[in-house]
Amino acid sequence: MSVARTIIAAMLLVAAPALLAGEIPQDARHSGYSFMGPDTRAMQDDDTSNPGMLFVLDGEALWKTRSGSAGRACADCHGDARESMKGVAARYPAFDKALGRPVTLDQRINLCRANHQQATPLSHESRDLLALSAFVAHQSRGVAITAGDDPQLKPFVEQGRALFVQRQGQLNLACTNCHDDNYDKHLAGAPVTQGQPTGYPLYRLEWQTLGSLERRLRSCMSGVRAQAFDYGAPELVALELYLMARARGMPMESPAVRP
Amino acid sequence: MASALINVPPKAKRGDVIEIRTLTSHIMETGFRRTAAGELVPRDIITSFTCRYNGTEIFRADLFPAIAANPYLSFFTVAKDSGKLEFEWIGDNGFVSTASASITVE
Repeated sequence: MSVARTIIAAMLLVAAPALLAGEIPQDARHSGYSFMGPDTRAMQDDDTSNPGMLFVLDGEALWKTRSGSAGRACADCHGDARESMKGVAARYPAFDKALGRPVTLDQRINLCRANHQQATPLSHESRDLLALSAFVAHQSRGVAITAGDDPQLKPFVEQGRALFVQRQGQLNLACTNCHDDNYDKHLAGAPVTQGQPTGYPLYRLEWQTLGSLERRLRSCMSGVRAQAFDYGAPELVALELYLMARARGMPMESPAVRP
Repeated sequence: MASALINVPPKAKRGDVIEIRTLTSHIMETGFRRTAAGELVPRDIITSFTCRYNGTEIFRADLFPAIAANPYLSFFTVAKDSGKLEFEWIGDNGFVSTASASITVE
């Protein structure tokens, strides 16, 4: 209860940034959780029935496992993740000074592997990468999203928003047409949600596994019959960043369960 | 990496009916799917699950290809004595995974 109160208090304290046309006001923002049925909610709420927690367990083991030619584990630099990783996922994608652009949590893990562990990068959607990002994101459960607050990210958030409102694909639909304008309706029996990225990486029953926000975005793009951006493409990162900035103040749920 | 999540009440009164919930990590590949090249993906599933309570088998289940990935099983038993519950999953390609949990019965 006290956690929920703290979150609500934090949400009230943050100054609400001015809304752009068509944007969902702060008090009308709902996580995908509120669009689910009671069974799926119960599955997410109980950590012993949430399959995403299996990945968190694997991630915890990987966190302590030495990797690469430097012979170092994540824990050797970052220590106890419960302390060092708390709130980290809530501010990703974050600006990387060396690259001069935002990077996702998955990209950060691979940058850490390359620069500090001298290890080979983990491939997109591989079990190990999902396990590590789930473990890191789990430490931010209940933390309010602040991604996009960094002023250096402003042009990238704007790029993401431009992509969000741009019509694309053979169906000629923009993300905003469903997720801002029609989130209270249904599409082929399934609720159209607001597309709030509060629980990634999340366990989708349809996928039978954990998946990243990039995977979700790519399947939405296939859904409107557009050519999906590649994993790690700057456009996809910008879109992810805009979505996180759009969900500003909402509590993280990782690893969430979705139908 | 095989991991499992077990939910057993840590304490119970003698004679209480207790719920045991288990979730284990497994892809449960059906053996019916094909790759983009048209080749059959070989079956890889858990075929059997057993729960022993202080060495006595109290629950057993056979699993089949239609069961979803990361199988979740929930069942009930009567709390008789303090001790250990042991869980075992057996599957294709020599898959074996075990877990255990203890319970105090007053």
